[in-house]
Amino acid sequence: MHNLTIAELVRGLKSNQFSSVELTQHFLDRIAKLNPGFNAVITVTADQALKAAAAADERLAAGNAPDLCGVPILHKDIFCTKGVRTSCGSKMLDNFVPPYNATVVENFEQAGAVVLGKTNMDEFAMGSSNETSFYGSVQNPWSTDCVPGGSSGGSAAAVAARLAPGATATDTGGSIRQPAALCGITGIKPTYGRVSRWGMIAFASSLDQAGPMARSAEDCALLLSCMASFDEKDSTCIDREVPDYSSSLNNSVKGLKIGVPKEYFSEGLNPGTEKAVRTALAELEAQGAELIEISLPNSGLSVPAYYVIAPAEASANLSRFDGVKYGYRCEDPKDLQDLYTRTRAEGFGEEVQRRILIGTYCLSAGYYDAYYGKAQQARQLIQQDFTAAFEKVDVIMGPTCPSPAFKFGSKGDDPVAMYLEDIYTIATNLAGLPGMSVPCGMVDDKPVGLQIIGNYFDEARMLNVAHQYQQVTGWHDQAPEGVDS
Amino acid sequence: MSWETVIGLEVHVQLATKTKIFSGASTAFGAEPNTQACAIDLAMPGTLPVLNKQAVHYAVMFGLAIDAEIGKESAFERKNYFYPDLPKGYQTTQLEKPIVGRGNVEIERADGSKKIVRIHHAHLEEDAGKSLHEGNFRHGVSGIDLNRAGTPLIEIVSEPDMSNAEEAIAFAKKLHSIVTSIGICDGEMSQGSMRFDVNVSVRPTGTKELGTRTETKNLNSFKFMEEAISKEVERQIDLIEDGGTVVQETRLYNGDTKVARSMRSKEEANDYRYFPCPDLLPVIVTDETIEELRRNLPELPDARQARFVEQYGLSDYDAAVLGSDAAMSAYFETTTEKSGNAKLAANWTMGELAARLNNEAISITNSPVSAEQLGGLIARVADNSISGKMAKEVFDGIWAGEGSADDIIEARGLKQVSDSGALEQMVAEVLAANQAMVDDYINTDEAKRKKKLGGFMGQIMKASKGQANPQQVNQILAKKLSELL
Repeated sequence: MHNLTIAELVRGLKSNQFSSVELTQHFLDRIAKLNPGFNAVITVTADQALKAAAAADERLAAGNAPDLCGVPILHKDIFCTKGVRTSCGSKMLDNFVPPYNATVVENFEQAGAVVLGKTNMDEFAMGSSNETSFYGSVQNPWSTDCVPGGSSGGSAAAVAARLAPGATATDTGGSIRQPAALCGITGIKPTYGRVSRWGMIAFASSLDQAGPMARSAEDCALLLSCMASFDEKDSTCIDREVPDYSSSLNNSVKGLKIGVPKEYFSEGLNPGTEKAVRTALAELEAQGAELIEISLPNSGLSVPAYYVIAPAEASANLSRFDGVKYGYRCEDPKDLQDLYTRTRAEGFGEEVQRRILIGTYCLSAGYYDAYYGKAQQARQLIQQDFTAAFEKVDVIMGPTCPSPAFKFGSKGDDPVAMYLEDIYTIATNLAGLPGMSVPCGMVDDKPVGLQIIGNYFDEARMLNVAHQYQQVTGWHDQAPEGVDS
Repeated sequence: MSWETVIGLEVHVQLATKTKIFSGASTAFGAEPNTQACAIDLAMPGTLPVLNKQAVHYAVMFGLAIDAEIGKESAFERKNYFYPDLPKGYQTTQLEKPIVGRGNVEIERADGSKKIVRIHHAHLEEDAGKSLHEGNFRHGVSGIDLNRAGTPLIEIVSEPDMSNAEEAIAFAKKLHSIVTSIGICDGEMSQGSMRFDVNVSVRPTGTKELGTRTETKNLNSFKFMEEAISKEVERQIDLIEDGGTVVQETRLYNGDTKVARSMRSKEEANDYRYFPCPDLLPVIVTDETIEELRRNLPELPDARQARFVEQYGLSDYDAAVLGSDAAMSAYFETTTEKSGNAKLAANWTMGELAARLNNEAISITNSPVSAEQLGGLIARVADNSISGKMAKEVFDGIWAGEGSADDIIEARGLKQVSDSGALEQMVAEVLAANQAMVDDYINTDEAKRKKKLGGFMGQIMKASKGQANPQQVNQILAKKLSELL
């Protein structure tokens, strides 16, 4: 059952081939057996899952159940789950049990999806390797001495290892797309404002956006149709009808204009990765799409602008973790200053502290204009590049990240090398555009991701193109060795 | 050397919205600690602010009341600092684009001359919670009450246009009068609904350059404000005349001990690292909304005072006392309507009622004697049913909750005897019973006879148990005695 796609599971449940309880138990068994080798899932909610599965079976039997009713999923541990610990991968929230659900969690609950548990992640979503988690790193199912990417590394590894058919994730600078690429699965970061951020623990509020991960574009379409909604509780959420993303999957790509930015095929790109991406583009061309070379001249500003704006927002967003109200509190503080200092020094990991310091510095009196002000200007230029490009093309494609999964610790001493992992993904967050990663080949037995960037609210077209690509290629169907037992 | 004082005010006004500025929690004063703080007010992870539209409208109404420019597109910033009663670790406020721009407030000095105090701007922001330290909490422990956290405020910033404490108090009172008249604030100073920060500096008379200023924060009564300003002016002049210099600092004034102290110097001041709040969209106020609010703006105090003179024939002084306070104005007008006598209504409202409320520290809105009840009482005075002296007794009865004036007059048998037949008989009986006094009256010189009348009056009032109408008795007595001469 674990090799079935979500679309197939939906059909199987509706036609009574198996029950949600059976399905749920199957995945719980797999998590129990395989997760110790990957550390992808950090909280398993077996009892609740089986209860939800039984309820889903009743709804299914009654008929008219929503598509995802009875389908097991995992939530990234950044989404607040009522009554279930929500750690955000941090010691700071190791004891935090929210009294409310994130809107994303609520949407899946309403649809009758079954939550198996919560997935590992980089602490507060800050990282590209899942090495910054308080709960330890996650092993890449394709190569267990390699990272799964981050920050949604737990969700990506879990889906790749068939511990769940789909999972939720978030993307601030590439945190859905890069781990999806490194783990050989499909993931989409929607347009900023498409999915509610309520109950999703904030890293950088103007960049954070939730999206689904699954093995195929077809499955992502099913998940995103449920996940996206207008939510009055999030002022940045956009009131716009959510299309049925599944309905347009079979449109032809004939005549589709694909922009290929020359800046995404420059120095630093692994030749094997480039070859795989070029081959994928040729495949789409063969299906009738048109490849058009474009330029995004301000691409080089993305990483520097991002590493000012994201830490600046994070420095404020993470101020609430002060040991006063909830979460970690240091032992026996001698005064208020000591409470703050030790709680935050002990409760936050190194990378989180680094980014808080960078952000605090960038916003300081005398530095604001030089850093934050300039970064906002760069952000506008990057956005203008895309606006100009989308006057000529329908979608933009290139590599998701410069190279396949790297070994644990290989970038640990060099934060900047780690930041460059997101060199191709960050710009879309700065512009608020949707981005997607689709498996498109293998290099050194490790997966490579093709990135698809769409115009605002053009997720349906992106999913359509990805689905058409997956109809004629089999990269997304490959399974890592040893997980298919 | 002679010195002149320069004063500017920053005034925090709590807006009288039912719910908080960014959450649905109640703003009612006086609840058990932390019972009016929801997940948003507690800054729980993943929660997001949603702006209260009523708070925006109230701020715009203030702008209209002082003839200010309205910020049609204003924006919120985060002001970052750590304190336990600031749950998010930042205050959401406005800096670059406030909702209310430049405006003017006219004040009147004691000598009747007028002056314009310019308003630099007014902005929307959230209030912090309250820290309860030793003394008003448990020994050695500080408590946090977050009921107030997130209460909407406008902070009104004046130009340094005031030259002495008298002008500063007149300005503060005028603001109080405006915000209560337009109904955006309950004006309850003792509950912290209006709080004043006073910036004071001195300079040699006739010079242009401003001296170094100090800021005395959080004064919540006009009396404390006056004391704090006077003491600070004196302190600064003494300091300079003794060869010292004024240090820019924030000070606190304790109204109970009458002692001011330094809280922090400029060097110790926080770097607040303001930056735009990414969780909130710019606040757009349309011309339509502005015009609608302008049309429905309640009467302003200046207009109301003029109307009181015109409509009710009050003196300028009475009109100013009654008309400056919205609650008192409403009370007076209801009392007038009910009694049909504006002059008596004004006297009673400003006299007996105000004195009694003041003594017992009760606000007019919570007066035990309603305007309708006082109107009923005044009506009985006006139609001579009871004497002025009896009216005070009846007033006490209403205050004590014994019912309406008519109920009490009836129950206590206080109705004045004005029937002339009965009164003539009563006078005749008293004269007959006191022949010695009558003889004495007749034998007294005409010039001194008037003094003897009091004796008869006393006897008659005693005989009538105080219920005889004194004016009528006087006439009858004079007539009867003159007949005997």
